[in-house]
Amino acid sequence: MVNFLILAKSHNASQKSRGVEIFWCYWGKSGNRKMIGSDNPTPDKFSNIIRYHVMFYNVEITWYRINHLFDTLRPNNYYFFSNAMGILSGSRNLVELFTNTDAFPTESSKAQTDTEVSVCELYKAARDKNINTIKLNRESHIKYVKDGLKRLPSYLVALDASKPWLCYWMLHSLDILGDELSQDLVEKGISTISKLQNPTGGFGGGPGQISHAAVTYAAINALAIIGTKEAYDIIDREALYKWFLKLKKEDGSFVMHEGGEVDVRGAYCVLSAATLTNLVTPELTAGTAEWIKRCQNYDGGIGGEPGIEGHGGYAFCGLAAMEIMGKTDLLDIPLLLHWATSLQMQLEGGFQGRPNKLVDGCYSFWVGGLFPLLEAIMTRNNFEKDVEQRNFEVSQYIAQSLFDREALQEYILIACQSPKGGLIDKPKRSADNYHTCYCLSGLSTAQHHVVYDFEKAKEKGLDSGARSLLWKDEITNRIVLGNPNNLINPTHPIHNIALPKVRKMIEHFYGKRDF
Amino acid sequence: MTLEAELWSDITPIPLDDGPDPLAPIAYDAEYSEAMGYFRAISQKDERSERALQLTEKIIEYNPAHYTIWYYRQQILFSLDKNLYEELDFVKDQIDSNPKNYQLWHHRQVLVEKLMDASRELPFIDEILNDDAKNYHAWTYRQWVIKTFNLWENELDFVNKLLDKDVRNNSAWNQRYFTIFFNPTKPTEEFLTQEIEYVIEKIKMAPNNISPWNYIKGIIAKSNKDIGILEELCKEIENQDIISPHVMGCLVDIHESRARNGSAIDKEEGIKICTLLADKHDTIRKRYWGYRKIILASH
Repeated sequence: MVNFLILAKSHNASQKSRGVEIFWCYWGKSGNRKMIGSDNPTPDKFSNIIRYHVMFYNVEITWYRINHLFDTLRPNNYYFFSNAMGILSGSRNLVELFTNTDAFPTESSKAQTDTEVSVCELYKAARDKNINTIKLNRESHIKYVKDGLKRLPSYLVALDASKPWLCYWMLHSLDILGDELSQDLVEKGISTISKLQNPTGGFGGGPGQISHAAVTYAAINALAIIGTKEAYDIIDREALYKWFLKLKKEDGSFVMHEGGEVDVRGAYCVLSAATLTNLVTPELTAGTAEWIKRCQNYDGGIGGEPGIEGHGGYAFCGLAAMEIMGKTDLLDIPLLLHWATSLQMQLEGGFQGRPNKLVDGCYSFWVGGLFPLLEAIMTRNNFEKDVEQRNFEVSQYIAQSLFDREALQEYILIACQSPKGGLIDKPKRSADNYHTCYCLSGLSTAQHHVVYDFEKAKEKGLDSGARSLLWKDEITNRIVLGNPNNLINPTHPIHNIALPKVRKMIEHFYGKRDF
Repeated sequence: MTLEAELWSDITPIPLDDGPDPLAPIAYDAEYSEAMGYFRAISQKDERSERALQLTEKIIEYNPAHYTIWYYRQQILFSLDKNLYEELDFVKDQIDSNPKNYQLWHHRQVLVEKLMDASRELPFIDEILNDDAKNYHAWTYRQWVIKTFNLWENELDFVNKLLDKDVRNNSAWNQRYFTIFFNPTKPTEEFLTQEIEYVIEKIKMAPNNISPWNYIKGIIAKSNKDIGILEELCKEIENQDIISPHVMGCLVDIHESRARNGSAIDKEEGIKICTLLADKHDTIRKRYWGYRKIILASH
C-alpha cells in the first residue's frame, strides 16, 4: 500500500504562470520513494495524477506546500483551503498588511509598526528565494539544546528554581525534532529529576526546594518524555495526590506552592500532571471548572484570575484544564474562538499574547495551541446534537482548522530562528530554551492536525486518561511549509508532549488501553 | 569565603546534591554556591535569625525567582517581627529592577496583607505602570489591592488618563471593565448609556483599534442591550471611506443577530461581509470568516 505522497512546487514558478512547475513529486513507503513526475504538467494533468493515486493506491496525502497554485490541483473530494493562505503566498502584498494606525499613532501602534518593519524586511528577502530554502535548521537547534543540557552559563542562575522546566523545554525540543534520547540522557534525566522530589509530595525547582505546581508539571512531563518504567516509578503518587489537595483552595482554584500565588496555571499544571499519573478525582476537581469559568473575560480571553485581562498563556491553561475535566461547555467557546483568531498578526503571521501587544514566537504554541482544542470542542458539540440539528458543513469546515497554519510557520521559520541555533521571540532577540521549546511546539501544531476521536469519546464514562488518548494525528491533513524536511513530530494538544509518550505513560498508570 | 566568616563559623554548609552528572547544570558563581550551601544548612534547622535574613537577600540578588527563599524569608520576617515597611522598600527596589517576576509581586501582596495598610500601593503601582503600562503582574496586583481595600473610587479617572495617553492599551480597557462591573456598586442604566457614548468617541479616533471594539461588545452583552445600537456607528465610519475589519466584524455580528431571528436580508448581507473579510480585508483570518459564513448560512 502506498502510504504517502509528497508534493512541492518549483521555486521559480511565477505566481502569474498558468502552468505549474512541479519541482519534484514522490510517492511510496518511506525509504522506498519513487518519482512520479518532474516535468511541468498542467494543473488538470496533475490533478488527475493525484486523483489516480488517491483512488487506486489509497494514498494519504501530505501537502508539503499549499499555495494558490496548488489549489487547482487538489482533488475535489479533499476539502482543502479555498484560496491562498500564508503571508508570502497570500493574495495581498506585504505593504498592504501593515496595521492601519488611522493616522493616530500611540505608543502601542509605534511599537507595532517597528516590529512590522523588521519582520517585513525578512519576508521581502525570503519572498524571492527558492521555497526550499525556507528551512528549519534542525541540526543547529539540536546542537543548541544539547550544549545547554551539558552546561548552562552562570547568568542562568535566574532559572535555578526552574530546573525541571529547563529539562522539559530541552527534552521536548529534542523529542519533537526527532532526535532520539540517548541512554545517557535517559539515565541522567531520571537521576536529575529524582533529586527534586520531596517526600511531602511534588517536585521542587532544585534539590531541597519546596514543591511547586508548575515545576511539578514540568517534572512529570520530562519523565513522560524520558518514557521508561524507571522514570515513571520515581513518582511518589500517594504523596503527590496529598500535596495536590493541599494546594487547593475553597473556591476551586490552586495555589502554585505553599504560601504562593493563585492563578489559572496552578489548575492546569495540577490537572495535566494528575491526568498523566491517574490521580484525577472528583475531590481534586470540585469547584475548579466554575472558578476557571470566572476567569473568562468580556472579550472571550482567559486571564490569570477573575477580572484579569485575557492572555494567551493563561487562556491555554484554562481551556486545557477545562478539557481535562470535560467542562468546556461552561466557557463561551465562540467568543474564545473570536479572541484567539484575532491574535494572529496579519503581517507577521505569528501570534500576540493579548490584543495590541507585539508578536512573540512563544504564543505560536500558547495561542496556536488553543485551536486543536477549540476545533475538537466545536466538532464534538456539533456531534452531540440530535442528528437533524447537526451541521455537517460546519464539522467538515472545522476539520480543516481555523487559523492560518501556513502564516504561523512562515513566522517561526523565517523570523524566529537564531542563526546560532535555538529559536527566539522576535527578530533581533537572542535564543533561549523556553522560546526554543514553544516555537517548535507551535510549529508542530501548525504542521499537524491533531484531532479528537469524538466517536470514541461517546463511549460512556471515559476517565481523563482515556480522553487524553483520543487525540490522533490526522496524517491526511498535514501542511509543511518550505523545505519538505521541515516536518517535525506531532505534540499532544493538552500535555504538549509527543503523542506516543503520552500514550506510554497513561498505559503505565492506568493499564493497557485498547484504542 | 565572601560571607562574613565569623558570623557563620558554627555552620557547616551542605553542598548541592544534584546527582553525579545532572542535566543542564548551571555554572554557578562561587558566591551563590556558598550562600546556597549555608541556606541548606540553616533551613534544615529552620533557623530564623538576622543572618538568615541577610543570607536570603544575597541569594535573591542572584535569583529573584527563588520562591523557596522568598517563602523562607517571609517566615523569618514574621518570626523576628521585622519592620515590614522597610521590607516594602526592599521589595520596591527589587520590582524596579525586575518588574515581571511572580515572586516579587506576591511577596509584596503577602506583606500588605499582613500590614493591612495599602496606603503606599497605588502610587507604587502607578510608577511601575508609568514605565510599562501593560505590565501584567502590576495589573493583577492592582486589582487585588482595589478589591481588598475597597479603593474603587478614583480608578475610573486613572483609567481615563491611561486611555488618553494610549487608546490602544488593552490592559487599561480591561481595567475599565473591572472598575465598572466588578465594583460592588452596580452601574446605573444612565451610566451605561454615557459609557457607550464614551467608547464610541474612542472608536472614532482610531476605528482599526481592536480594544474598544471588544470592550463595547462586552458591555453591550453584559447589560443585555441589542448589538444593533452599533449599526449607526459602523455606517458612519464606513461613509468616511475608512476600512476597518472591526467595523465589518461588528456588522457581521449585527446581521447575524438579526438573521438568527429570521431576517433573510441580514443573512445575505452578513455572508457578503464575511466574504469580503476573508478574501480582501482580513485575509489572515480567512478560515475564521469562512466559518462565520457557514454559521450564518445555517440560520
